Amino acid sequence: MTNTDTTTNTSGTPNMAQVPDPGRRGAPPSRPPARRRRATPEPDDRSAISTADWRRHGVRRTWRTMHVVMLIILVVWCLGPLLLLAKFAITPTQDILRTPLKIFPNGIAWDNLDKAWNDVHISKYFLNTVYVAAGSWFMQILVATTGGYVLSVLRPRWAKYINGAVLATLFVPAVVLLVPLYLIVLNPPVVGHSMLNTFWAVWLPAGASAFNVVLVSRFFDNLPREVFEAARVDGAGPFRLFRYIVLPMSKPILGVVSVFAVIASWKDFLWPLLVLQNPDLQPLSVRLPSLENTTDKGVLMAALAISTVLPIVLFLVFQRVFLRGAGLGGAVKG
Amino acid sequence: MSKDVVVPVSPPPRGGKVRERARPRNPLTWVRGGGLSSLLFALPLLVIFGVFSWLPIVKALIMSFQETTFVGAATWVGWDNFQNVLNDPLLPIAIRNTAWFALLALIFGYPIPLLAAVLMSEVRKRKGLFSALAYLPVVVPPVVAVMLWKFFYNPTKFGVFNTILGWVGIDPVPWLQDPHLVMPSLVLQATWAAAGGTVIIYLAALTGVPPELYDAAEVDGATVWTKIWHVTLPHLRGVLFITFILQIIGTAQVFLEPYLFTGGGPNNATVTILLLVYKYAFGNSLGAQYGEATALSLLLAIFLAVMSIVYFRMTKRWSS
Repeated sequence: MTNTDTTTNTSGTPNMAQVPDPGRRGAPPSRPPARRRRATPEPDDRSAISTADWRRHGVRRTWRTMHVVMLIILVVWCLGPLLLLAKFAITPTQDILRTPLKIFPNGIAWDNLDKAWNDVHISKYFLNTVYVAAGSWFMQILVATTGGYVLSVLRPRWAKYINGAVLATLFVPAVVLLVPLYLIVLNPPVVGHSMLNTFWAVWLPAGASAFNVVLVSRFFDNLPREVFEAARVDGAGPFRLFRYIVLPMSKPILGVVSVFAVIASWKDFLWPLLVLQNPDLQPLSVRLPSLENTTDKGVLMAALAISTVLPIVLFLVFQRVFLRGAGLGGAVKG
Repeated sequence: MSKDVVVPVSPPPRGGKVRERARPRNPLTWVRGGGLSSLLFALPLLVIFGVFSWLPIVKALIMSFQETTFVGAATWVGWDNFQNVLNDPLLPIAIRNTAWFALLALIFGYPIPLLAAVLMSEVRKRKGLFSALAYLPVVVPPVVAVMLWKFFYNPTKFGVFNTILGWVGIDPVPWLQDPHLVMPSLVLQATWAAAGGTVIIYLAALTGVPPELYDAAEVDGATVWTKIWHVTLPHLRGVLFITFILQIIGTAQVFLEPYLFTGGGPNNATVTILLLVYKYAFGNSLGAQYGEATALSLLLAIFLAVMSIVYFRMTKRWSS
């Protein structure tokens, strides 16, 4: 390959690399000839193909081809169904039913969206979903941060027992909890009256996420102890330490927990189906299936599309948080 | 009061732990040592986990030996619930269907994310675009995804998939109506929805391969493929073992796809264990069988636990 090709390629590498190494990149140009092969150093997060490999014609052609093929598959397989959904949302019903794959349908039915939002009351269910998600988010953050603070920073003598009891719940499959949890919501201790058909029935159990507590307390474990000691010496009590030192330092992990809390509650189906039987309180996930047979296809597709917009926008905006968090999930499970 | 002030002076002022142990234990020193504030901070966790996690677990154990009704106290029935569950003619069908779902999900969804992640880790430009595309289906609400795919699976020649088949001259396929085809159709959608998460886990694990290993392999003259085979894949072994068992635990509890796609049909071809649990507890017009439902979910949980333990014993030798 020509020299110009190589230079554009290597200059692209540090852009892609998450942690470019300034020390290696800034190597002086006058190097002994023996180091010529290392003129374009490997990034620290290098993968199996080295820059030298990549410069070889055969390797580059093979992998470029595979990457292009893969990109096409990803677009068709992952994005395709969603693009179709977006198209269906503004396609006249007859066209959806007769020619679903025609790129240009007979006219654009913008009123699908309008009908779904107003006539089918998707607006109401959308708002319900927002309420459910907001409350679940708050409970998860509250329990995970205060719990993580006790388990990781305050560390009273009994913390290790709590920690064990929280970890143990990770090994209990969700199916075991389903029926007893339902009966507890029907007849909760102390409260005295059923929480069925109130948002509390979704909000409160959402807080009992051992996964969040583990994530947050592991993050707290890695915060520098010296800062806490310094704050204590300066007279900060446990509340100030929590509010002004620990919380501001843990924004990254709170971001991860937050986006996953919102998305998870947006996706949740079975639990809200059981405890929110009143249609006026139901979130989108629960309500959509019951609209399936009574609603015009075009309007239904518009409703499905509206339900998908917020999670996708959240994902696109907080992409980094998502992808890092999903990897983190694997690390904690591992 | 003044006595308490004196106490901390006597031991050498070092780490907090040592000082706490030296103190005499009474309520006042407990409060001063931060015991009360620790308890206050632990309160949300204790209450929420207590009522909505630990209590239901205990309750599940008790309920599986009881007959619970809305009116009146629960009565102890011994092993009756377990007997009823095990004698249910639907149980073998549900077990077979769930196992079939789990197996298909492994065939569809286990090797492909690995291949995708290894390929994606070699992308030089716009790597983020690849991983974002792969992860996109994961954020779509499963209900929306299932309803959309249900429409794709329309059995007439106007269905989306049948239209595509029509282009190459294949007759319409009854995706969800054929008892043999329905499970693969469900798994195809489930794989679409879940594969991206696995890809991201593998990608994260791939960034953890020590670069020195690749450097060393290059010194020994390894080609790209030998590097992938002898360095990359062995490094993923641990994560691969974990995702394998996690996927089985997840698919053993499959509910949403069969519930929304087919409701268990056609001809019970998609009745899964969780669908059976749901049927006992909530789908029974004659009255809820909470005892049977918890008994069955406990049996499933015990099976999964035993299987995981055996699995980890077996793979301990291979995963470093």
